[in-house]
Amino acid sequence: MRPFNFITAESPQHALSLVAENKNAKFIAGGTNLLDLMKLEIEAPPLLVDISKTGLDKIEKREDGRIAIGTSVTNSALAADMNIRRGYPVLSRALLAGASGQLRNKATTGGNLLQRTRCPYFYDTAQACNKRLPGSGCSAKGGFSRLLAVIDVSDACIASFPSDMAVALRVLDAEIELCSLTGTRIIPIRDFYHGATTQPHIETVIRRDELITRIILPRPIGGSHFYEKVRDRASYAFALVSAAMVFLPDGSARVALGGVAPKPWRVESAEQLLTTDIDEYVRIAFSGASSTHENQFKIPLAKQILTTLINEHKEAMA
Amino acid sequence: MRSDQPANPSRRDFVKSTSTAGIAAGVSTQFPSTALAKSSLPDVREKAFTQQVTLTINSRKHTLGIDTRTTLLDLLREKLALTGTKKGCDHGQCGACTVLVNGTRINACLSLAVMHDSDEIRTVEGLGTPDNLHALQDGFVEHDSYQCGYCTSGQLCSAIGMLSEARKGMPSHVTPDLIIPVTLNRDEIKERMSGNLCRCGAYQNICNAIEDYAERDRETV
Ligand SMILES: Cc1cc2nc3c(=O)[nH]c(=O)nc-3n(C[C@H](O)[C@H](O)[C@H](O)COP(=O)(O)OP(=O)(O)OC[C@H]3O[C@@H](n4cnc5c(N)ncnc54)[C@H](O)[C@@H]3O)c2cc1C
Ligand code: FES
Ligand code: FES
Repeated sequence: MRPFNFITAESPQHALSLVAENKNAKFIAGGTNLLDLMKLEIEAPPLLVDISKTGLDKIEKREDGRIAIGTSVTNSALAADMNIRRGYPVLSRALLAGASGQLRNKATTGGNLLQRTRCPYFYDTAQACNKRLPGSGCSAKGGFSRLLAVIDVSDACIASFPSDMAVALRVLDAEIELCSLTGTRIIPIRDFYHGATTQPHIETVIRRDELITRIILPRPIGGSHFYEKVRDRASYAFALVSAAMVFLPDGSARVALGGVAPKPWRVESAEQLLTTDIDEYVRIAFSGASSTHENQFKIPLAKQILTTLINEHKEAMA
Repeated sequence: MRSDQPANPSRRDFVKSTSTAGIAAGVSTQFPSTALAKSSLPDVREKAFTQQVTLTINSRKHTLGIDTRTTLLDLLREKLALTGTKKGCDHGQCGACTVLVNGTRINACLSLAVMHDSDEIRTVEGLGTPDNLHALQDGFVEHDSYQCGYCTSGQLCSAIGMLSEARKGMPSHVTPDLIIPVTLNRDEIKERMSGNLCRCGAYQNICNAIEDYAERDRETV
């Protein structure tokens, strides 16, 4: 690890001014991703601003029925919260399918949204990786790509986004509150992640001088919620493919997929097909897909997961 | 997949991590980074890298000046000689470094010591002593829950934290219903302990010891 200065911020404003004043400073929340990357010197911020004591650790139910989740709420606290378990079970399920008990006790909501890819070439500083070192190339193509993306990829990068939580937030249409010294903006999660670009090192719309302060959930949508995650071992592993699926009381369904793209993958325009023609849904959702020999199994696997969930739901309703 | 490869640090990583610990134990002004030189921070390099923290570890209060890079794990092992807590992977992938912070289990390798100012840490040394083992430690002996023993302290601390999570009614990935109270059966224990790998494969006996202890624990509550 490279040396760094460390300051515990007392308030969001304090954190924001420290980062505004120090060009390469970074916020640290749980540290479970950032410290991992700092040990490998993939990240080397000269200043860490600890945001865990800035008071953003509450889950608030608003008068209009929406829920505001403070960025520092841990993944385990969020998964166990009764309002979440009752109103947004797909979110609890997604969180509980991620990482381990120990990690979830430290990992935070904002940190989870901004975690980096698990592409092995991003982690290996001896390899080319446009995400880690822009312009260096992409060793993943033709390399070990079992975990990597099959849709929304580019010549520059085929990394997948590893968060489980974000997949559930995408199906729930969550919004992300970003604060800077100049103001606050609210970004729907559908617009938060970039997906395929020629600049894979820029992953989200967040600016360097902005802090995620809250994640806002719309009023509960009801229905039956599922989070299905297929991985190489039964627990404590990243998704090969995952699906956050909600069957709504009006008979419609929505789904977001994880492990297949550089962001949670949701194709709203095809969702009416989910309950009528799953082959056609998969064809549209994955049109333009570009898989490798090692990860081409992901598209049939996604279809298999969706078919299973639809059947499970039908059985439960019968 | 990365998380399928525990406990295999390269020689280079090993040298790197021990040299960091060396800094933590003594001088704090080595290797000024170019990154720091470029920052607009006032030039307080000597002070900037060292910070004072106060932590309570196994009921004893410690105040020390440490290199900011010191992880909680390296602080315990290298500065305080509490070597019961083990370093397996140093990347959150094996659970060997699990300790309890304010009663909650975390991976000490992925947390900086400076993030724990005024926290209460409990390590395996704070569970029991060789003459007076904690009931769960007794259970591990009774059930033969280890071979080499490297993962054991992490398993013990993790299990204590896990049981308190279950007592609070926190659900897990295998909990069938998110609303009704959790029944801590064997499937639950396996899932909740999945963050602790055991290269010797003592899993069955680890589960037996925890199951047994959880049952007795329930009876005494
Ligand atoms: C072994 C292992 C297995 C894992 N398995 C899974 C898994 O199966 N599924 C899964 O989803 N995840 C998994 N994870 C990843 C884990 O969920 C993330 O590491 C965690 O969510 C990151 O949260 P944090 O608070 O620790 O973030 P940090 O490491 O503190 O921060 C991550 C990044 O976010 C930035 N940041 C944090 N908070 C804010 C904020 N409020 N505003 C602006 N920037 C911010 C930081 O600057 C940093 O760049 C795993 C991790 C490990 C180590
Ligand atoms: S040493 Fe392996 S998880 Fe910390
Ligand atoms: S007893 Fe050897 S690693 Fe678990």
